[in-house]
Amino acid sequence: MASRARLVGQGVAIGLVALLFILLTWSLFADDGGDLAAAAARGDRPPAPDFTLERLDEEGDLQLSSLQGKAVVLNVWASWCIPCKDEAPFLEELWRENRSRGLVVVGLDAKDFRVDAKRFAKRFDLTFPLVYDGPGDTLGDFGVTGFPESFVIDREGRVVGAFAGAVDGEDVRERFEAAIEQALEP
Amino acid sequence: MIRIVLLALVAGVVAVGSASAAPPNAADLEAELVCPVCETTLDQSNAPVAERMKAFLRVRIAAGDSERQIKDALVAEFGPGVIAEPPGGGFGLLAWLLPLGAVVGAAVVVALLIRRWARRTPPTGEAERLDPELERMVDEELARFDP
Repeated sequence: MASRARLVGQGVAIGLVALLFILLTWSLFADDGGDLAAAAARGDRPPAPDFTLERLDEEGDLQLSSLQGKAVVLNVWASWCIPCKDEAPFLEELWRENRSRGLVVVGLDAKDFRVDAKRFAKRFDLTFPLVYDGPGDTLGDFGVTGFPESFVIDREGRVVGAFAGAVDGEDVRERFEAAIEQALEP
Repeated sequence: MIRIVLLALVAGVVAVGSASAAPPNAADLEAELVCPVCETTLDQSNAPVAERMKAFLRVRIAAGDSERQIKDALVAEFGPGVIAEPPGGGFGLLAWLLPLGAVVGAAVVVALLIRRWARRTPPTGEAERLDPELERMVDEELARFDP
């Protein structure tokens, strides 16, 4: 009787350890979006995760997939992010200059107060579409590692390039603009 | 006697009521809210958004908002994850019940083990009884020291 109870106890203990090991392995290998940037860098053009988020610049929501047919620069930002302030005028200029070519700049404000985001948009005179994700739920799908981060998405909704940090410096800007040209190709 | 008990109950209700109506304390709230960027409580964080949230707390407290109103306003901005303690319902209930279940389970296991060990331990008298020959030798040795 005692040996049977001991066997059961050992079985339960081994089962628990195995379960913990499986959970650990799963958490290590689960796709948290980090592969998106790597796949884009390899030229695989992975599909951009879709989202529907509340708009900050007007009433209603914006669904990313509704922009298929256009090239998209998705810029993840927040009003408290210092490099985002330096980058904002460049993005506005990019939008104004390439809008007629079929490029849409979408600003995704995350982990921020709505009122601060709207103040930021007004301060930098941003006219491109802005969406709001206060909890930052979409960031994991894109594998966002910090603020700002930009994703260039082609007309078929596939990620051409991911750019962590502000798009500044000659080299980064050249790669960014090259990705946009690829995304704009019909 | 009944009057005294009733008076004590009324006094207790009034005391609880006045305590819940007391304005929320910023330090307490900072320990109960999570910074959405670094995911520690606000009192442990100096991230820009955490500093902004602390300023928000002070403004709302000064405006006379209750703790509930302040927390609701932050949940509307940052989602339910901004509250440090898990919700008391749904999946969040697991976070409350699992530790309790673990403690109860551990107590049961310890009780069972103690019961088993108690059964295995031989009675004290038998364990202390010496071999008769050894006992005789000890008695003899001790007798040498008797006056």
